Amino acid sequence: MLEGIQSGANPTFWLAQGQFLFLFLHFLGIACFAYIVARRLVPLIRAERDPRFDRPLARLGTVLKFWLGQWKHPRYKTAGILHILFFAGFILLAARAFTVLIVGVSPNFVMPGLSGATGHLYEVATDYAATVVFLCMVFAIVRRSVFKPARYEVPAKFGKAHKADAIFLLALIAILMVADSLFEAAKAAGQVQPGQHAEFAAGLSLPWLLKVSLLSLPLPVVGGLCFAGYLIHELTFYFLLCYRPFGIQFHVETSLFNVYFSKLDRGKLKPVKWGVSDEHLDQVKSFGVKTFEDFTWKHMLDFYSCADCGRCSDNCPANAVGRPLSPRFISIKARDYAFQHYPVFGRSKNGTPLIGSIYSDDEVWSCTTCGACEEECPLLVEYIDKVVDLRRGMVDDGAVPQSLQKPLKALNSRGNPYGRMEKKKADWASAKDFRQICPVKTLDKKNGADTLYFVDSITSFDDRMQSIGRATARILDHVGENFGILGAAEKDSGHDVRRFGEETLFMALRDHNTDAIKASGVTRVVTSDPHAYNALKHDYKDVPPVEHISQVMAREVKSGKIQFRPAEDDTAVYTYHDPCYLGRHNQVYDDPRDVLDAIPGLKRVEMARSRDRSFCCGGGGLMLFYEPKEEQRIGVKRVQMAAEAGANVIVTACPFCMVNIEDAIKVAGLEGKMTAIDLAELVDQQIAREGTVVTKEAAEVPREFVAGR
Amino acid sequence: MEILVCARRVPDTSENEIELNSAGNDIERDELVYSINEPDNYAVEEALQITSKVGGRVTVVTVGGEDDEEILRREMAMGANQGVLISDDAFHGSDGKGIATILKAFVQKGKYDLILTGVQAEDGGAQVGGMLAAMLDYPFAALVNSIEVLDGKKLKISREIAGGNREMSEIDLPCVLSIQTGINEPRYVGMRGIRAVASVPIPTRGASDLGVDPNTVGQAAAKVKRVDYFVPMLGKGAEMLRGSREENTEKVLELVAAKGGLK
Repeated sequence: MLEGIQSGANPTFWLAQGQFLFLFLHFLGIACFAYIVARRLVPLIRAERDPRFDRPLARLGTVLKFWLGQWKHPRYKTAGILHILFFAGFILLAARAFTVLIVGVSPNFVMPGLSGATGHLYEVATDYAATVVFLCMVFAIVRRSVFKPARYEVPAKFGKAHKADAIFLLALIAILMVADSLFEAAKAAGQVQPGQHAEFAAGLSLPWLLKVSLLSLPLPVVGGLCFAGYLIHELTFYFLLCYRPFGIQFHVETSLFNVYFSKLDRGKLKPVKWGVSDEHLDQVKSFGVKTFEDFTWKHMLDFYSCADCGRCSDNCPANAVGRPLSPRFISIKARDYAFQHYPVFGRSKNGTPLIGSIYSDDEVWSCTTCGACEEECPLLVEYIDKVVDLRRGMVDDGAVPQSLQKPLKALNSRGNPYGRMEKKKADWASAKDFRQICPVKTLDKKNGADTLYFVDSITSFDDRMQSIGRATARILDHVGENFGILGAAEKDSGHDVRRFGEETLFMALRDHNTDAIKASGVTRVVTSDPHAYNALKHDYKDVPPVEHISQVMAREVKSGKIQFRPAEDDTAVYTYHDPCYLGRHNQVYDDPRDVLDAIPGLKRVEMARSRDRSFCCGGGGLMLFYEPKEEQRIGVKRVQMAAEAGANVIVTACPFCMVNIEDAIKVAGLEGKMTAIDLAELVDQQIAREGTVVTKEAAEVPREFVAGR
Repeated sequence: MEILVCARRVPDTSENEIELNSAGNDIERDELVYSINEPDNYAVEEALQITSKVGGRVTVVTVGGEDDEEILRREMAMGANQGVLISDDAFHGSDGKGIATILKAFVQKGKYDLILTGVQAEDGGAQVGGMLAAMLDYPFAALVNSIEVLDGKKLKISREIAGGNREMSEIDLPCVLSIQTGINEPRYVGMRGIRAVASVPIPTRGASDLGVDPNTVGQAAAKVKRVDYFVPMLGKGAEMLRGSREENTEKVLELVAAKGGLK
């Protein structure tokens, strides 16, 4: 195609006439774009630091997988495939777009490497790419204007609908494709008529279609159309380039950087301030995010990169039950704030508090930190760190709901959110009946062990959850583990204290536990609480390796140490609910399922939302104390999902899931039709033991032995 | 406005299991955790909200020992400008009147427009506020659940009366008010805030500083003395309803209606 431009054909002559116009357009377009981008970078320069320049290879891998490979997109079939198609189209068309722009100034330009046969092949590919992109745009416009998928809706409380803008942008891309094709087709048509060597247009492509219909037109008209096509292409291209930084399509430019600089460490929280060690934290004047400038530059880049696709909110449990949180609008509202306070023209204004202006406190407290939003985001936008940073700011200002102040105070004075006395921490294991079957030693100077069972607050103090503790102890005992507990020396892991923004209190709990664990001399830690598991694994430093009990059980099922009796009740249909801090945050999906499937005769079904799309139970830790504004309990939704899957027993592996699910069964009116059991409890019941068989009845220690609440 | 809040450190009822000691004349105090008396915390929050609107300073004072300093620090972390510890061996074992006598002496050493106390101490009898007002010859209002500063000289206050209604009053300054919980939502005080004020000096005032005659306070002068605790006999247990959800709902409605709870 490009060799043809050297010929004296009319269309090319027209193009040559426009040389200066095009040169001017190029400069204008690029200058405008550069200016706008520079202005957009202003808040990022004022932002908090965020070291994301390490591990280039890992980051490159992320780019290949999530950006070039569009990894997350197929999770939503229609929109995902559509996006993959036009993304591939854009990638293919990039070299052509560049060439076409330069041709306007230097008609003989050929992209290096794209001459001859390669060039011809590339031409065919781009003809089809432009056609595919055009069709995708038409499809997308129809989809947004006729079929209106629910997740694009903007609830009134979050502002005005973005539909018109989205359709406008889609239409501009369609125009770009038509203009490019018209230019190409007219050029080819202009060459056919004087009997020159005609440029090729790939059969049935958009350029081909236009070429065929232009053939009968007089040559000057064809030349005019060629010029018009070029000019429209040029104008649309630069208009799009300069318009995108004002809205949802800015991700075209920012996505590559957003993915490259994305978070590499799952489950880990951002520190209060990057580059400030724990010891120096007291000198930091203000904690967390209070004003926009307290966000890190990467978090601001996230705001720019959000494509408004709504997948985060579509998966958000808080949003699903009408809590005042929709992760999508955490980004959109912050971006609108940035555009308003850092305008392209005029002075920037900074420093207004975010809570009370763009975010509400209930909105920020509503998040369960389940991570469903982050798992879904094709652009790897982060939410948990931002929510935690906003909470840190609120905690620092004393703006903590009354419902959370009591447990936080108790955690401070007693080391657990219930305000129970330290000496009662090991009561769950002290009932006589239980001690006879399974003595649990408290580790101290005299009593050592290889393994520490880190019980954490809820399993130690909640009557119902103590049964999970006893089941876990019996399983460890059965597999011959030399284990013990810390007893009164164990304080709350602080997992959710940290996620609720109370970093200083978390640090005190962490330091206390770290010392206690080290002093116990154990070489590994096991826990039955995924929150404690995540804390010990990601929030603590210098503690022995930690495992969740489901991992231990899976291993011992494989080793043969755990053998099961067949499931007795053949009407029971089990389903496994993935706890967020075991599954999504730590990728333990298969171990619990392997254990369940090893029980002979156990019928198991999967819920529609499982594994990395698991739906949160309603939130653990301090979330149990928080009184959210919601239309329905999150857990009720989850229990209904289990019923839809045809299950009547929900197996989970987290004491907080158990609280929420058991409550939800009652609220949903499914008592008697649905039950919940912890994986450890189920395994404990089903283990084939030599001699005495622990039946469910014997395993349950009578209530009077248990410390009452 | 200069505001003084009288506060007290008490065993935290939500974080302790309160039991009597073997002699039966006091509670078991080993392993207790203490915190600021909850209504006093509301009083400090209210004082802070008033001064943030009309300006002024908030001083928190407590009568006690070294251990009681922790609640002063907590309230300073909350925003109080100053904490003062009133401590003297002569003050040990004071009854309500003794405490009021000590506080009166302290108030007269300063210049306060408004004196707030909690409605009652969790281990006390709601005596001090009223007596303090009487000794100072200040007007007094109890159970206050809202305060509005009218001008420099008057407050509009309210208290809850039967049926959830509010009775509104005007009161002249200077005055003493006892503050009901629920008047506001006290802000959170974290460990970080307390650490930030850890090294701020807290002045201590003794009997001679305040000019209190040791014979009028302390154990010897106390005319109200705790002699014993009475543990009520265990009554009949709660009635457990063991029917279906529908049956139980019916039964509950019936019971509540029978007791006059439903009209």
